[in-house]
Amino acid sequence: MLCMQNISKVYRTESIETHALSEFSLTVDEGEFVSVTGPSGSGKTTFLNIAGLLEESTGGTYELDGNDVSRLNDRDRSQVRNEKIGFIFQSFNLIPELNVFDNVDVPLRYRRFNATERRERIERVIDIVGLGTRMQHLPSQLSGGQQQRVAIARALAGEPRFLLADEPTGNLDSHMASSVMDLLTEINENGTTIIIVTHEPSLAERARRNIHVRDGRVSTSEPDLHLATAATA
Amino acid sequence: MFRYYLKLAVLSIRGNPILSGLMIAAIAVGIGACMTIVDIEYVMSSDPIPQRSDMLFHVRLDSWSPDEPLWKPGEPPDQVTYLDGTALLKAGKARRQVLSYRVGRVLQPQGEDQMPFDVNSRVTTADFFPMFDVPFKFGSGWDKSADNTLEQVIVLSREMNDRVFGGEDSVGRTVILNGDAFAVIGVLDDWAPIPKFYDVTTGAFGDPGDVYFPFSISISKELSGRGNTSCWKPVGEGGYSAFLNSECVWMQFWVELHGEEERVEYLAFLDAYVESQKLLGRFPRPLDNRLDSVMDWMENQEVVAKDVNVLLGLAVLFLVVCLLNTIGLLLAKVLRRSGDIGLRRALGASKKAVFLQYIVEAGLIGLAGGVLGVGMTWLGLRGIEVLYSELNFISNVVKMDWIMILTAVLLAILSALGAALYPTWRACRIHPASQLKTI
Repeated sequence: MLCMQNISKVYRTESIETHALSEFSLTVDEGEFVSVTGPSGSGKTTFLNIAGLLEESTGGTYELDGNDVSRLNDRDRSQVRNEKIGFIFQSFNLIPELNVFDNVDVPLRYRRFNATERRERIERVIDIVGLGTRMQHLPSQLSGGQQQRVAIARALAGEPRFLLADEPTGNLDSHMASSVMDLLTEINENGTTIIIVTHEPSLAERARRNIHVRDGRVSTSEPDLHLATAATA
Repeated sequence: MFRYYLKLAVLSIRGNPILSGLMIAAIAVGIGACMTIVDIEYVMSSDPIPQRSDMLFHVRLDSWSPDEPLWKPGEPPDQVTYLDGTALLKAGKARRQVLSYRVGRVLQPQGEDQMPFDVNSRVTTADFFPMFDVPFKFGSGWDKSADNTLEQVIVLSREMNDRVFGGEDSVGRTVILNGDAFAVIGVLDDWAPIPKFYDVTTGAFGDPGDVYFPFSISISKELSGRGNTSCWKPVGEGGYSAFLNSECVWMQFWVELHGEEERVEYLAFLDAYVESQKLLGRFPRPLDNRLDSVMDWMENQEVVAKDVNVLLGLAVLFLVVCLLNTIGLLLAKVLRRSGDIGLRRALGASKKAVFLQYIVEAGLIGLAGGVLGVGMTWLGLRGIEVLYSELNFISNVVKMDWIMILTAVLLAILSALGAALYPTWRACRIHPASQLKTI
């Protein structure tokens, strides 16, 4: 479903050239639950931005559902992001003046769904995340865990090909974090592909496959990390 | 999507009341200042009789001194002599024609305890009322026979009728002017053409007149004009009669002509008349007869003074300064919302969608600024009215109609949209990745 081949990303300033990614290759199949780990500065964020079509790579190819999305123009990238990718951020990134319903509605507005279809989708995903009674609440009226659930609902509303989660539990306490991870696991079990970028090993263990990034390259790509750790113990 | 952008705009304005309020105020102040002057210029330069202005012509003959022109080089005098006015009237070559001038009279109300007062009187021929489309509340003007039979009839303005007769139908009642009894045959309805095109020599924005009576009466009573009288040579001995036969210009002559053919024909008649007068030793200057349309005449007389145009330029500059402030405020607002913009872009909004969202918000701010600006314009006009209260015509000029109100609002919206172009362009350039959380 997602195939990156020899992706490179170079950031150039007047005096400095930074190679954030070099010969980065990754394939994610439909329905996988993949974690991407690595130390700070390893290239995780760059990978996330490129995978989410928020940035263009300097070199290499990126295919999504068999289509080369490496060199799309801005309008087409926006459209692919809207239709195929669901984003979940560490700091939730909800729009403070919009209530839960309207926050989940945001990506659907840019898909030009009619009002009825938008309402059906929103109500369905809000039910999935268990916030059916809080549709008119503002983000400021929700706990951190609830806000992240709203963000997950927003990511799911457009029925994306995959979810890109950037430290989805980074701002949550352990109880809420566990609850959110349970939800993501459940979503994955229902068939949605999930890629989580994190530096938390406990989070990475929840995924079925771990990609470890170091110095802009994939250093390891292991399924069931916690099983591999148990085997070597 | 427009309704969605409108909803977001309302939420954004409510979410940033101070910043939004400053932008709305900046636009409102700029619009208020600009539209105050625009409104005055609009009133001063508008067609006072649009339904008939294309068929009304002011007649000018160059009967002036051979040594120099009266006012401007290459321009005949702005009024005619008694000799020429009555000769043209008698010739009757136009569909309708009006010879008139302003006089001063004193009206004596009927009640014993009523004090006499000065009235602004217009002496004119019968065609004045139909030719200038003057509306009547009661009765009508006199017919052409009254012009010749010295019939002492009078038409009152609505204001004068209200003052003397309490607003009743006074047709048939009597009014005493300087001891002479005049029978009221008509009362005008509200009528105040702006500018007062038919006689700008007594002020283009003055009141039209309190009373009107036949031209022939005025001459029979040897009434001189209370307007501009200009003579290029001494009147000579002989009193009023000598004055009438002099080369003094003091009357206004208007004709009604339909179509270019009639206009050309009448001009040829004027040329022939002047040529015949030259044989009698008059009209020493070269032939230079004019038929000025209403708007050409307003322009010739510089009804809209040059200083108004200068003020307009300054007002527009002030609006530009206000808009520059608005650009800065909009830019601050957009940059404050970089996170929101980056998020929307990440969720699938194109640059066009972001552009439209903020343009709609700017339009809404412009609309609010325009509505407030209309209020500021009203205040500005009231201020000018107070400032120039000693000018009795000022209230005729400081008016605002629906066209001006809509113009103010439209100008505000367009100005806000123009001011928003750069900030929204900057908004579109916000890179979504730079605004989202980084590990």
